[in-house]
Amino acid sequence: MTLQKAMEMGVATPVKLPIAKIVDEAKDIKTFFFTHLLKSEPGQFIMVILPKLGMRPMSISSDNGAEFGTTICGVGPLSNAMMEKKPGDIIGIRGPLGKPFSGRGNHVVLVGGGYGSGPMAFWAERAIARGMDSKKIHYIVGARTKELLLFEERMRRAKVNLHIATNDGSHGYKGFNIDLLRQVIEEAKHSGNPLDMIYTCGPELMEKAVFDVAVETGTDCEISMERYMKCGIGICGSCAVDPDGLLICVDGPCVNKETAAKITEFGAYHRDASGQKVYYKKG
Amino acid sequence: MADLSTSICGMKLRSPLILASGITDTTGASLLRAIRNGAGAAIIKSVSVEPREGHKGHVVQEFDDLSMINAMGLPNQGIKHAIDELIEAQKRTDAPLIANIYAGTVEDFGLLAREISKAKPAMIEVNISCPNVHDEFGTPFSALPEAAAKVTKEVKKNTSIPISIKLSPNTIAISQVAKAVEKAGADCITCINTLAGMLIDIDTAVPILSNLSGGISGKALKPVAVKAVYDCHEVVKIPIIGTGGVLTGRDAIEHIMAGAGAVGVGTALFYRGQEAFSLINAEMKEEMKRLGYKSIKEMIGLAHH
Repeated sequence: MTLQKAMEMGVATPVKLPIAKIVDEAKDIKTFFFTHLLKSEPGQFIMVILPKLGMRPMSISSDNGAEFGTTICGVGPLSNAMMEKKPGDIIGIRGPLGKPFSGRGNHVVLVGGGYGSGPMAFWAERAIARGMDSKKIHYIVGARTKELLLFEERMRRAKVNLHIATNDGSHGYKGFNIDLLRQVIEEAKHSGNPLDMIYTCGPELMEKAVFDVAVETGTDCEISMERYMKCGIGICGSCAVDPDGLLICVDGPCVNKETAAKITEFGAYHRDASGQKVYYKKG
Repeated sequence: MADLSTSICGMKLRSPLILASGITDTTGASLLRAIRNGAGAAIIKSVSVEPREGHKGHVVQEFDDLSMINAMGLPNQGIKHAIDELIEAQKRTDAPLIANIYAGTVEDFGLLAREISKAKPAMIEVNISCPNVHDEFGTPFSALPEAAAKVTKEVKKNTSIPISIKLSPNTIAISQVAKAVEKAGADCITCINTLAGMLIDIDTAVPILSNLSGGISGKALKPVAVKAVYDCHEVVKIPIIGTGGVLTGRDAIEHIMAGAGAVGVGTALFYRGQEAFSLINAEMKEEMKRLGYKSIKEMIGLAHH
């Protein structure tokens, strides 16, 4: 980019926003809403900043122009501190950051796992707001058990095709969402209106399974990848992936099928805060 | 036709631009990406004996026009894994890859130099000047000539690979430190590390970085860096890697005219993207054509009259 353009873009300092509303989604999973014009696209993320506790990337689970939401699971010091927050508490927010999903596809399936369902639901709502027929959107959501399913009601209201899987069979299909994905692709193919895009966001091994199905069935796909991030703006290199050094914070988090195929560590390992490789446990 | 190829400390460079240590370069893949994008060489992020997670929280903030402040706190994989990263990366490129070591004690600098030499880097940059780990390690070695010389001697004792001592602007007289490390056996100096600074959010009356202070880079650092290169070039004969605020081809030539034989690039990757190297290379060629220079070497130190 030219320096002139860089100067025109200016600098983005974090904003400090009061929490407008908190919604309990499931055990240790809450959505925090902020009244703010974020101007985000589905798949982008924000950095949530809490003094002394740090700065962590969080996905954006909704943004209607007037208000945006981020769905957070209490798993570490910062996210657990977020679980204690009340409406009115001030939170530092930096973003939106990163590359969003493209929005391509005329008949799409969204596969969400855990709190990765947030960006998927956001994608559906944004596409419908832009004129996409909700019947052309399939939303597959899976969880271990009924209590952990996210955004079922929200997606029911959006009138998309809803497919639910729980590992224990407490709600919907008993099994994994990847089984449902195969079924949805198969049925669409037989009905003469095949799916032309899969979007996915969730645990990496689930995403890898989705990617493998996309390759196997010749369906296009886009994946929201998660990597340890420190700066979120493409400087520190914490989220660089092998072998080409793509930075997930700026070249991602959303990557297309061709890019995902080239990331050799996808589904194999990620790196911790010090940069050491951590291999995924399969099975 | 202006030729950007040059050499420094026995390293052949197709461009004088070098990926500065600490920018995107935790892994070998990032070093290779810089080379693919037009860098002549690339320096890995500082490696310590043990893995480090670095500072938590708000660690980098861009500010004003084209400047930046950071306090990463030296996150890295530790020496054991860094050796593998460098070996694997070097298999995939002919361009020189440069190690960078950081330690809290003179002895550990020696240990790191010995260990990292196993990866056969083209050069070892010695980071004695990180401004962001005072709490942990006290005043950096770069603050005083004697301390800097001590580290230099210890590193030289432990490796036969050329070393470049990375100096700091956070000292009373950088040229005195430069002279001391040259006398102690340094093959090269890198001028300079970031300048200690602070940003305060006036709404909350709290410093913006979680480390409170950080190191300034980008445009705000450039005149400081150019003077440091100039002052050091006056007093040492060893080559200088000029680093600090290089965002354009003009900036790179300014460093070279001050006395730099090669030029580090870091913050430009944020403001101009990963393609910063190819953009700056093209701008250097353009400026050299305009000014009538054909090679990098003929411009080194031209500002000294």
